[in-house]
Amino acid sequence: MKKRMLVLEDGNVFKGFGFGAEKETIGEVVFNTGMTGYQESITDQSYNGQLLTFTYPLVGNAGINRDDYESIFPTTKAVIVKEFARRPSNWRSRMNLDEFLTEKDIPGLTGVDTRRLTRVIREHGAMKAILTDFTEETDALIDRLKSVTLPTDQVAQVSTERPYVSPQNGRRVIVIDFGLKHSILHELNKRGCHVTVLPHDTKVDTILNLKPDGVMLTNGPGDPKDLPYAHDMIRELQKHVPIFGICLGHQLIALANGADTFKMTFGHRGFNHPVREIATGRIDFTSQNHGYAVSEESVDNNELRITHIEINDGTVEGLRHRRYPVFSVQYHPDAAPGPHDAADLFDQFIEEMDAWKVEETNA
Amino acid sequence: MPKRTDIKTIVVIGSGPIIIGQAAEFDYAGTQACLALREEGYEVVLINSNPATIMTDKEIADRVYIEPLTVEFISRILRKERPDALLPTLGGQMGLNMAIALNETGILDELGIELLGTRLSAINKAEDRDQFRELMRELNEPVPDSDIVHTTQEALDFADSIGYPVIVRPAFTMGGTGGGLCDNEKELRDIVGNGLKLSPVNQCLIERSIAGYKEIEYEVMRDSDDNAMVVCNMENIDPVGIHTGDSIVIAPSQTLTDKEYQLLRDASLKIIRALGIEGGCNVQLALDPNSFDYFVIEVNPRVSRSSALASKATGYPIAKLAAKIAVGLTLDEMKNPVTETTYAQFEPALDYVVAKIPRWPFDKFETGDRTLTTQMKATGEVMSIGRTIEESLLKAVRSLEIGVSHVQLAELDHLDDDQLINKTVKAQDDRLFYLVEAIRRGYPVEELASLTKIDLFFLDKLLHIVEIEQRLTEGRWDLDLLAYAKSYGFSDWKIAELWNATEDEISQFRVMHELLPVYKTVDTCAAEFESSTPYFYSTYEEEQESLVTDKQSVLVLGSGPIRIGQGVEFDYATVHSVKAIQEAGYEAIIMNNNPETVSTDFSISDKLYFEPLTVEDVMNVIQLENPVGVIVQFGGQTAINLAEPLQKRGVKILGTTVEDLDRAENRDEFEKALKSLSILQPEGGTAVTEEQALTIASSIGYPVLVRPSYVLGGRGMQIVDNAADLSRYMNDAVRISSEHPVLIDRYLIGEEVEVDAICDGEQVLIPGIMEHVERSGVHSGDSMAVYPPQRLSQNVIDTIIDYTERLSLGLNCVGLMNIQFVIHEETVYVIEVNPRASRTLPFLSKVTGIAMAQVATKAILGQSILDQGYTPGLHTLSSMVHVKAPVFSFSKLNKVDATLGPEMKSTGEVMGSDSTLEKALYKAFEASDMRLPEHGTVLFTVADEDKNEAADLAARLVNIGYSITATEGTARNFKERGIPADQIEKTGNPEDQSYDILDLIMSGQVNLVVNTMGKNIEAVQDGLSIRKSSIEKGIPLMTSLDTVSAIISVLESRTFTTSAL
Repeated sequence: MKKRMLVLEDGNVFKGFGFGAEKETIGEVVFNTGMTGYQESITDQSYNGQLLTFTYPLVGNAGINRDDYESIFPTTKAVIVKEFARRPSNWRSRMNLDEFLTEKDIPGLTGVDTRRLTRVIREHGAMKAILTDFTEETDALIDRLKSVTLPTDQVAQVSTERPYVSPQNGRRVIVIDFGLKHSILHELNKRGCHVTVLPHDTKVDTILNLKPDGVMLTNGPGDPKDLPYAHDMIRELQKHVPIFGICLGHQLIALANGADTFKMTFGHRGFNHPVREIATGRIDFTSQNHGYAVSEESVDNNELRITHIEINDGTVEGLRHRRYPVFSVQYHPDAAPGPHDAADLFDQFIEEMDAWKVEETNA
Repeated sequence: MPKRTDIKTIVVIGSGPIIIGQAAEFDYAGTQACLALREEGYEVVLINSNPATIMTDKEIADRVYIEPLTVEFISRILRKERPDALLPTLGGQMGLNMAIALNETGILDELGIELLGTRLSAINKAEDRDQFRELMRELNEPVPDSDIVHTTQEALDFADSIGYPVIVRPAFTMGGTGGGLCDNEKELRDIVGNGLKLSPVNQCLIERSIAGYKEIEYEVMRDSDDNAMVVCNMENIDPVGIHTGDSIVIAPSQTLTDKEYQLLRDASLKIIRALGIEGGCNVQLALDPNSFDYFVIEVNPRVSRSSALASKATGYPIAKLAAKIAVGLTLDEMKNPVTETTYAQFEPALDYVVAKIPRWPFDKFETGDRTLTTQMKATGEVMSIGRTIEESLLKAVRSLEIGVSHVQLAELDHLDDDQLINKTVKAQDDRLFYLVEAIRRGYPVEELASLTKIDLFFLDKLLHIVEIEQRLTEGRWDLDLLAYAKSYGFSDWKIAELWNATEDEISQFRVMHELLPVYKTVDTCAAEFESSTPYFYSTYEEEQESLVTDKQSVLVLGSGPIRIGQGVEFDYATVHSVKAIQEAGYEAIIMNNNPETVSTDFSISDKLYFEPLTVEDVMNVIQLENPVGVIVQFGGQTAINLAEPLQKRGVKILGTTVEDLDRAENRDEFEKALKSLSILQPEGGTAVTEEQALTIASSIGYPVLVRPSYVLGGRGMQIVDNAADLSRYMNDAVRISSEHPVLIDRYLIGEEVEVDAICDGEQVLIPGIMEHVERSGVHSGDSMAVYPPQRLSQNVIDTIIDYTERLSLGLNCVGLMNIQFVIHEETVYVIEVNPRASRTLPFLSKVTGIAMAQVATKAILGQSILDQGYTPGLHTLSSMVHVKAPVFSFSKLNKVDATLGPEMKSTGEVMGSDSTLEKALYKAFEASDMRLPEHGTVLFTVADEDKNEAADLAARLVNIGYSITATEGTARNFKERGIPADQIEKTGNPEDQSYDILDLIMSGQVNLVVNTMGKNIEAVQDGLSIRKSSIEKGIPLMTSLDTVSAIISVLESRTFTTSAL
């Protein structure tokens, strides 16, 4: 294996060996604490532009299978592990992680002290980093890093360019793709929804002309403030149709309704985050992947109500509109990877759509 | 929900003596629970019969009862204490069974005592096979085809209908007792017959075998608000078919995709919610390696061995939180004790790999059946933490203390390939070594995977270890390669072997190149949150997380895995030592590798290093911590054996010096010391050859007691009657070397006495003298011990005190010393001196009220006995009589001879205390399940030389209304002396259909079997099958006439004399 290293903006260097694609890459380095689900995570478009570190040291044990993709062309910038399994073992496995990353043109770094890296990120926050072979002096690399501006058009990079349909015979749901995970489609289809996926910048009229029963705003990468057009779209859309927002979709709903978002130090990436539903006290373990969050004090109480919080750091995890059938969560009820505890939110979405329909008919 | 205020006093039931399947993990759980309840302000009353536990320390509960765990005694305590509630789910199967039994008697209702934690109905649903299957059907959770049977015939019929192989699981037994995998009718007959008998409800489950499936466990918790979560999941390397207690286990699971992980998580949470568990629970599942099909195997509705493992593997204290849940607190209002910033409602994320390997007793039970089945056979376990599977496994292997520092057994070298493969398929305790050897010989791992059903993933890790071995051979003194091997857990010892160097050379080379391990924290959260847990493991990576403070520290070495001869007693001493070190103003650091114990609870010490106890691993910690010294006296032979090599490397051993330790253990040195002190010992000598041995024996006369030097629990110790047997012993039984000669002593018949003493170098404190019920020849650990002594003359006691003082001072003991004496014809002989904490330390500490390990530790640290407020000499005697009785696990181990001798066989102990010897003995017998009715039948079959003595015992039994049955010779002897006795045939040949002694035993019509070992081969064979049958049938068996005499005295004391005029 070729020597390869990771250099962080703050000067920290992690030396290891390269695997996967052979190329240099720059992005934001983050960590994920899940002990399973690396295939789903790597293919999650919310990791667009990010160098993804797994805190669990052994990655790729069950190989890569044909089913557990969350996107077809993942855009995660790099994968950083303590060790990848050279010989995975699982009945569904088709290749090992090395082969997969090579195929998807994603570089990997193995043999590093990922716990140290995690602690650095925890202390100093997610930061820019470069993954490279041993070619340049560290100082030069850091200078380069500092001069790099990370892209802000991440959603445009990962969203579908043209609409497509994932047909079923039930309710008509429009999914606005900001970087959607397949699991969202899966959950909707499972409940019989006829899903039409539209690009991230679809105009509100186009959406409404399709006469949806409900609209799903998906997860996606980057800063929600980079998508002002989406805020406008949501402000109008919410007057006409039930909306369910997940992750980035949740943040966009907040921004559309006067709340603010902020960049967290190192975010929530993992699936052991306990979230309390304020109304019932019920706690779910949730799958999360976000670096931004809705600031609690900014939530305009005339427009929105906080429905869920993370029990440890109090992060706003769920919102509901006070006047419209609009609700959102910061986490992934679609799991994949992670616990299924919150899957009933999709049922709730179905109920909202049905209730709204009855109201419309009566009105 | 806030905690309940309507209850004030809570009774906690412990798990009783340590037996296979129910070990130190319940001391850990019970201790945590009691402390947690007290922390919440409740008054805690603890009942446990096992004195060798931290939980039975006065400080742990408001009131501690060391009384038999029987309905009779617990009821008495309940009536006296009138508690508001009872918490039974932290005392293992014993605690649960007691709760069920108490409830049935109605006493709980009568006294208005509420059962806390999981409700009884839920316990029944989980434990009763029928109800459990019914529940699984309701939940739509799959269980393997199975049927409940109450007779062997039902079992055979059902097996015919679903086909072999089948698994037998007896209801309400712990550790899979009596269960097993059956390939055919004969095996089923044997196993189910035994299983039905062992099940308290005479019920077994016959189940379709799913052997070969992946075995996955989930440790889950739930509170009264229905918050539920997974603490940890684990994957057994050994697939379904081997009891999880006997399996090598990895945490977290390794070969599951997230889909499979979540599928089984969903099932586990669904089950725990349906059962309404309030506390901890363990769910075992079997997953098809080739599909998403799975089965629920079993649910343990309580804290278990697995939950102790999960607690140590994650840092998440399950038992502590389970106790708090039981009083109404919920997971989302309690803090995670590890981070102290996040809540307990948190599924831990690991960033390391944990490996658990069981420790089996077959080094001591050489004749035992080593095959692994669904019945657990291990006595203990080790755990290790690393960043890769290879690292964790290799660290675990060298933690086992089975004489290897790597996954390699020298004796496998000369096996042929067929034998090797055979052993990898038919799993025994040492299968891991066979697997690696097969890989070393070039067997493709794919082939091994298909033969063993062990996942290819794990076999590839073993292959990687072998590859590293090969690369090391080719790249001597290559620093990169060395770093690579170290990062995968290779020991210096193994590298030295491959590089034809010494371990020291490798270590120096490493140190020179600054190739040292760092210590990482176990923090439940994969470093996502800050945590100050002082719980560390080593690995060869970059960041050092263990920060050394300015405070002076003392390192205490623990005792490793629990095995026969080195049990929980040593963990008890370790924990006490830590307490004293802290009180003396030092930072106390523990190294240990046993996940079951209290000492490896990170809240006990200032720092816990969860590491193997080898010279290399200890030195690494010492190099970092630079403690003022190391205390080795409390960690049993494990720690003592490290003293010399550590001192050689410049480490200060605190307390008795290495030279003086050696003087006590080295026969010649010891003899010299005794001579100079003019203290008598049985004549004897040391031999390294057969000739030497024979010469010594003939000069002192047979019988002689032979044993290897430096042993634990009398391993390899025998009484030898003649030259032929001695030759056989020297040739076969032991591996002799000049470093480890064999000791040969005259065997003196007499009373055995044991003393533990504490010496500060100038004064000697003798907390107490213990007298054994059984005469010399039975290992002290297997004898019943009585304190204070009842039969010793003042003269003998004075001599013992005098000898003890002289020995302690003469051998320059600083700290603890254990001395064993034999009193032969009123003369006191010293038979053994152990310059360390002994097995009897907890018992004696409890009955005398002297926290011996603490006093000794303070003496070691320089505080004199007088300064500590104690008067030297023999401590004031207790006004009560206390009896310590051994408890055995023979019913778990096939083909292990139950006869008592110089080699230790017991796994645990109980204590009985009362105002008279008979009452104390009664309690001890009750607590150890040696129960005799008011009248009944006793079967005698004894050796010729014992017949007269046996006759006296028989006469006493007849006198109190017992009838006697005996084999021919014994019966004749009895009748000649006017004792009525029914005669029974000896074991006949298999074709002989006549009713013989085995039929009688199996009929269950005898209440006690008395069997002493004869000298001729036929009698030996007979004896073996008699003892085996008694064990199988659960009939009390006594192989020492002294024990029989003791139990008769108990019966006599309970009986009114009825004599005709």
